[in-house]
Amino acid sequence: MFRYLKLRNKKMNVTLNGKPKDISDRTTLETIIRGHCQSPEHVVAELNGSIIGRSFWESTTLKENDRLELVSFVGGG
Amino acid sequence: MTVQNDNLTIAGKTFTSRFLLGTGKFSSKTALAESIAASNAEIVTVALRRIDIDQHEENIIQYIPKNVTLLVNTSGARNAQEALRIARLARESGCGNWIKVEVINDSKYLLPDNAETVKATELLVKEGFIVLPYMSPDLYIARELVAAGAATVMPLGSPIGSNKGLKTKELIQILINEIDIPIIVDAGLGAPSQAAEAMEMGADAVLVNTAVATAGNPQLIAQAFAEAVKAGRLAYLSGLPSEKICAEASSPLTGFLYE
Amino acid sequence: MHFDLANIQDILSDQDPQLTERLAQEAARLTRQYFGRAISLYAPLYISNYCSCFCTYCGFNNHNHIPRLKLTADQIEQEMQKIAHSGIENILILTGESYQMTPLSYLKETVLISKKYFSSTALEIHPLEEEEYRELYLAGADSVTLYQETYNRSRYAEVHLSGKKKDYDFRYQAPERIARAGFRQISLGVLLGLSDLAEDLFALFSHLRQMEQAFPGVEYSLSFPRLRQIKGKDLSLSRIDNISFIKTICLARIYFPRIGINLSTRESPTLRDHAIELGVTRISAGSNTSVGGYSTADPERQNPQFDIADSRSVAEMLCMLKEHHFDPVLTDWRRIDNT
Repeated sequence: MFRYLKLRNKKMNVTLNGKPKDISDRTTLETIIRGHCQSPEHVVAELNGSIIGRSFWESTTLKENDRLELVSFVGGG
Repeated sequence: MTVQNDNLTIAGKTFTSRFLLGTGKFSSKTALAESIAASNAEIVTVALRRIDIDQHEENIIQYIPKNVTLLVNTSGARNAQEALRIARLARESGCGNWIKVEVINDSKYLLPDNAETVKATELLVKEGFIVLPYMSPDLYIARELVAAGAATVMPLGSPIGSNKGLKTKELIQILINEIDIPIIVDAGLGAPSQAAEAMEMGADAVLVNTAVATAGNPQLIAQAFAEAVKAGRLAYLSGLPSEKICAEASSPLTGFLYE
Repeated sequence: MHFDLANIQDILSDQDPQLTERLAQEAARLTRQYFGRAISLYAPLYISNYCSCFCTYCGFNNHNHIPRLKLTADQIEQEMQKIAHSGIENILILTGESYQMTPLSYLKETVLISKKYFSSTALEIHPLEEEEYRELYLAGADSVTLYQETYNRSRYAEVHLSGKKKDYDFRYQAPERIARAGFRQISLGVLLGLSDLAEDLFALFSHLRQMEQAFPGVEYSLSFPRLRQIKGKDLSLSRIDNISFIKTICLARIYFPRIGINLSTRESPTLRDHAIELGVTRISAGSNTSVGGYSTADPERQNPQFDIADSRSVAEMLCMLKEHHFDPVLTDWRRIDNT
């Protein structure tokens, strides 16, 4: 019983935009992005150096020590 | 009176406006939207940055009309590989594949690294991007960029943000004389008169950011820039009165022909 | 300065002496600015007058019954020794246009001999393929001179009646092949008097512009030979007067401030002496335009390609140049082996 409870609440550490972040085990990219971005339609995700297309956000779960970069447009010359 | 068919063509796409607007440093996104509208800019530059995950900011894209071509710059890149990485991210966003290659490894003057710019252009063209490289005016580099497949060449007038105008005028003139792809003067233009000057020289377009974004009334000066670009272009098309060949007072050289 | 046909036509047809003077002053100013008062000297050496072409305006044409000569290696050496003795370091080697009589091997051999006597070897020969030009370049030739004669295609066809020279495009595209072969100096030109002057100048300037853009590392020069009398016979098809000739030189200088402008001994001493003030930067001296004319052939029986109007020797030219405060340059660079 105790072991089962522990597994369900497992947290892991990832790096999000350069900062350490604790997230739940089995969080998908889709969840993270929707949770942090106002306009996800213009966001680009790069996981461990590779670009993950938006059609794969739902199916991609994060793992311990993953490095995630979420970028979008800002003003520039 | 308008001149027919004097459109700007870049990578097969035609534009009526020869005024490009940068979107950095605006005090508000509304000011940006108004400036785009007032100048009828059809190409604007944007940058890519990590989103601020703690703030939920509105995306700048919402303030740029859908029919405007987005030119994503690779600002932040210090070498060709970083520029490539940014370009790939930009393309993934679905907003097109036009990239302004901006490779800067100099935080004092923000001068572009011409050599890395050439490498970046080669890499990006190979991956199918439409590349508009920002560079320090140099004829050899411009030729290499043409050979690499750049769609235009964007020589700086003076350092980014300096508002010093066409300090590199003579070198830009050489590019205009010798390079066949469109020349877009970018960086350092601080006043509409300077934009007009660039167009009178024969530049194909200009890109302005700081002078508009940091003006007291961005909307008004954006309009002024756009009109100056048009005026300069008309002057160029009409052909400026050629500088008179001035004879210096010295002994006659051709008297012998008429004796 | 941008050039266009209308502009050139206007300048050539304008009778106002003041315009001529203004052009000359501007041309002189630009020449001083980019060249100082340096004038390079060279001498032509005709090694063969065999020709397989019939060009109606030329003394070497294959319908002209003149004794045909082709120098042997020894004779070439002798001629070169004579020329080198006068102080000349830049040699221009000329042949008629005969692929058979003056094949590549003969030309290469000549270049190799030339290297012994001169610091710079230029060639004015029939148009070749790129690979052939490359062999000559690697053998040590530095420069090629090739005139389109006229850029007007129908006129070109009218005056080039037989032989490979009939092929306008092969000739027109040759400068490109010369540049690709590695040559660092190329001289273009038109024969004044063959066709409409303004049109030919515009076409020549356009050709030069194209070459400049495609091969920017090459040093270009222009020549404006005027059709001359040959053995007293005037073969020019239209008169190009001295005023037009001087204007031509001025325009070339104004439109192309840094290119060399050559002037041969076709022109009189008076004209040459004035022309060097206005834009000409390379002149021939002590010239002989007959095959073997410097040392071997009987002077009375020579058959020159054109009659020489300025027969001053190298020493006399050096003297004249210094008197007029010019800086005569016999050699301005020496070749490290061409690779």
